[in-house]
Amino acid sequence: MSTHVSESESEAQAGTDQQTTDRPAAQQRRLEKKRASNDQREQADSSTETDEETVHLKVFRYDPEVKDKQEPRFDDFHVPAKKGMTVLDALIYSRDHYDSSLTFRHSCRQAICGSDALFINGSQRLGCQTQIDELDQPVRVEPLPHQEVVKDLVVDMEHFYDQMDTVEPYFQEEDLPSGLDEQRQDRENREKIKMSTRCIWCGACMSSCNIAAGGNYLGPAAINKAYRFVMDEREGEDLKQQRLETIEEEQGVWRCQTQFSCTNVCPKDIPLTEHIQELKREAVKNNLKFW
Amino acid sequence: MTLHEHDVIVVGAGGAGLRAAIAANEAGADVALVTKLHPVRSHTGAAEGGINAALRDGDSWEDHAYDTMKGSDYLGDAPAVETLCQDSPEETIQLEHWGMAFSREDDGRVSQRPFGGLSFPRTTYAGAETGHHLLHTMYEQVVKRGIQVYDEQYVTDLAVTDHEDPEDRVCQGCIGYDIKTGQLNGFVANNGVVIATGGPGQMYAHTTNAVAQTGDGQAMAYRAGVPLQDMEFVQFHPTTLPSTGVLISEGVRGEGGILYNSNGERFMFEYGYANNDGELASRDVVARAEVTEVNEGRGYENDAVHLDMRHLGEERITDRLENIIHLATDFEGVDPLEEPMPVKPGQHYAMGGIETDENGETCIDGLYAAGECACVSVHGANRLGGNALPELIVFGARAGRHAASEDGAGAQIETGSSARIETADIDVPTELGRVETGSDDAVADGGELHSGSPKEVVNRALEQQRERVETLMETDGINHADVRSDLQETMTENVNVFRNEAGLKQALKDIRACRERYQEVGVSDPSRTFNTDLMHTIETRNLIDQAEVLTLGALARTEFRGAHWRQSHQERKDEEWLKHTMVAWNDGAPELYYTDVLLEGESKKYEPKVRSY
Repeated sequence: MSTHVSESESEAQAGTDQQTTDRPAAQQRRLEKKRASNDQREQADSSTETDEETVHLKVFRYDPEVKDKQEPRFDDFHVPAKKGMTVLDALIYSRDHYDSSLTFRHSCRQAICGSDALFINGSQRLGCQTQIDELDQPVRVEPLPHQEVVKDLVVDMEHFYDQMDTVEPYFQEEDLPSGLDEQRQDRENREKIKMSTRCIWCGACMSSCNIAAGGNYLGPAAINKAYRFVMDEREGEDLKQQRLETIEEEQGVWRCQTQFSCTNVCPKDIPLTEHIQELKREAVKNNLKFW
Repeated sequence: MTLHEHDVIVVGAGGAGLRAAIAANEAGADVALVTKLHPVRSHTGAAEGGINAALRDGDSWEDHAYDTMKGSDYLGDAPAVETLCQDSPEETIQLEHWGMAFSREDDGRVSQRPFGGLSFPRTTYAGAETGHHLLHTMYEQVVKRGIQVYDEQYVTDLAVTDHEDPEDRVCQGCIGYDIKTGQLNGFVANNGVVIATGGPGQMYAHTTNAVAQTGDGQAMAYRAGVPLQDMEFVQFHPTTLPSTGVLISEGVRGEGGILYNSNGERFMFEYGYANNDGELASRDVVARAEVTEVNEGRGYENDAVHLDMRHLGEERITDRLENIIHLATDFEGVDPLEEPMPVKPGQHYAMGGIETDENGETCIDGLYAAGECACVSVHGANRLGGNALPELIVFGARAGRHAASEDGAGAQIETGSSARIETADIDVPTELGRVETGSDDAVADGGELHSGSPKEVVNRALEQQRERVETLMETDGINHADVRSDLQETMTENVNVFRNEAGLKQALKDIRACRERYQEVGVSDPSRTFNTDLMHTIETRNLIDQAEVLTLGALARTEFRGAHWRQSHQERKDEEWLKHTMVAWNDGAPELYYTDVLLEGESKKYEPKVRSY
């Protein structure tokens, strides 16, 4: 089974700024958004007496083999509020104090393992990276849309991993310097691939993408992985050629409709849509070469 | 129940496990990785700093070895330390050849930077995300080689023969619990099992370690008969965020960040903790200063002090410490451009672990360990920054190669009980080890070992684990989380940066109480699908065993060496304590003994000197 996607989510800003280069960095935008929402909240708090003692979570529950959980439902949890509390903290508290069967993936708690991408108040976010006090309550926590739900907040990631595998996600250059000599790489080139190497395989982008939903589109993460190698000058021309052919196939870059939903939800601020666009241009240039 | 058979089974798929699997594969073995996460979720990914490697003119492995021996406060073993420093350059360049995105110099070569305690800037790095790049680069190579990965498969026990003397025992495989389906699987290892399960930070309430860092491998090896070595040495990082334990890099203080107490005093100077270095004194000094401030009533809420970097200005902060803005905002809800960050010390790294020789082999035939879970020992009493990642790749590769080829040749470090120089004689306030009850099913622990063909050994271990899981599932008992939080509380209270005899004895009693309460745990989630309740319950048992070992070592060691501070024993006592602490499970009756520290290197002896910087 799968949860449905909320319609208000996809902001159709396609085409308006896809070629713009002077857009503020994604991370800057995210910070500003946070500051603005904090300011708003402070104003709201001073005008109305809200209950600051507890945080109210509404959490999606489903288990295919437990009788009263076979029908998906939402459970309410009221967790003591604490300064600095994240959605993941609140989930852990709920599990350890109220219901030990509440199930979700998590590990590092610092946005590097990519385990806890969730659908929080209608948006794909990492539970560990989301402060409770910037959210409206009750906080609605659901599994990532567009993926099979295994149990509660756990989704099946196999399709995501398969798509990553399709782009041969490994460095393949075999013409290497000998012994302790390293391959040389320009600082600029390293800078060029830097953002693409930050991917933590959380799957938020894939889940936010309408085109990837239910289909075989490679998806933003896999294409970004291809970008990381196509743009790395340490891999030779032949490999680049081969990689461009892969991402140009039917389920590749041309299916992207530049809706920027992946870029908007990426917790590592990777400019995914830009990377996909750049690969489209590379592919065109490459094809012209052989004309 | 299914039986999988491979030449080499690697348990854990972080830096050490991935490197071991690649090495075993290159040595021609059929190798499989078994991990309770997915490889890219491993905590190696959180390492920020870098990889120490003597790569450049003017540097040498000998200098790296000297720095490491000194940093270890002379509790590292010279053959291990020299191996680390000799192999690190080749292993580091190997990562570059696999495409790792290192930071670069103008001439296109990999960048290196200075790090605390190093006589040469030899820390090779990839931005502030070296571990992330290292982990992903190696996982890519695992995919390239088509190495089999059993992900979300939690290894609950090893399958080891039942010889009386652990040194006669053979490891034939392990048992995995498939988290997705609830099925138990046997893994037969024709050549060897490599444990690479990482650190045990979850023993503490406040840690930089991931939630998955429960030291399962250490606990399994320990109960199978391998001693745990130097477990009392735990590194605490002085600047972690109070609500999550997320680490705020030393870079903030390096750039000029200042620590304040709640009186607004710059306490590192005002109270004379470090009149020369101030905020940049070594990690253990700063951590103890912070705790003292809080204990004396000059802290903020959540036992924190403040780390302020606002005076550096937005431009400089954004330029050099941009990730700190995100960390503080995302994980603590504090904007460090507008207000100081609350920080407190957090458990960060375990220097001790499974006793191995420099080939990663333990005293049990066919059982290897590498990475933070192992103790070769290269870090001794304190680890230098930038020495954890090279340990993963150097000893991961060696363990993988040796497990694949079965040649036990040429280890200088002796392991097991035959290395014993002295049996400890200390007063303990309580019973230790196995709880004697008529039925031990709920906590079956591998204490009952088996003989026979490899498959028989694995099959019987499988049956034992099946009974254990059934019992836990059927018991209508207490929630393991209550036991775990009691354990974390006493460790944090009594076995922290400050240690004294009374506190350590109290901790042993509390740990005993946790062990007894654990007899009554039950798993309330009835599902076979993704039952994390069951997995966490088993993990908690592993934490209890390790906490006991750690505390026992800390109680025995009446000196101040490296990260181990003891009230009333404020000096390093080389005559009495230049030796390793070993704790053996001894089939349920833990035994503490000591082994020699090897200071004799290839061509020189490392004479203990005062560790001052």
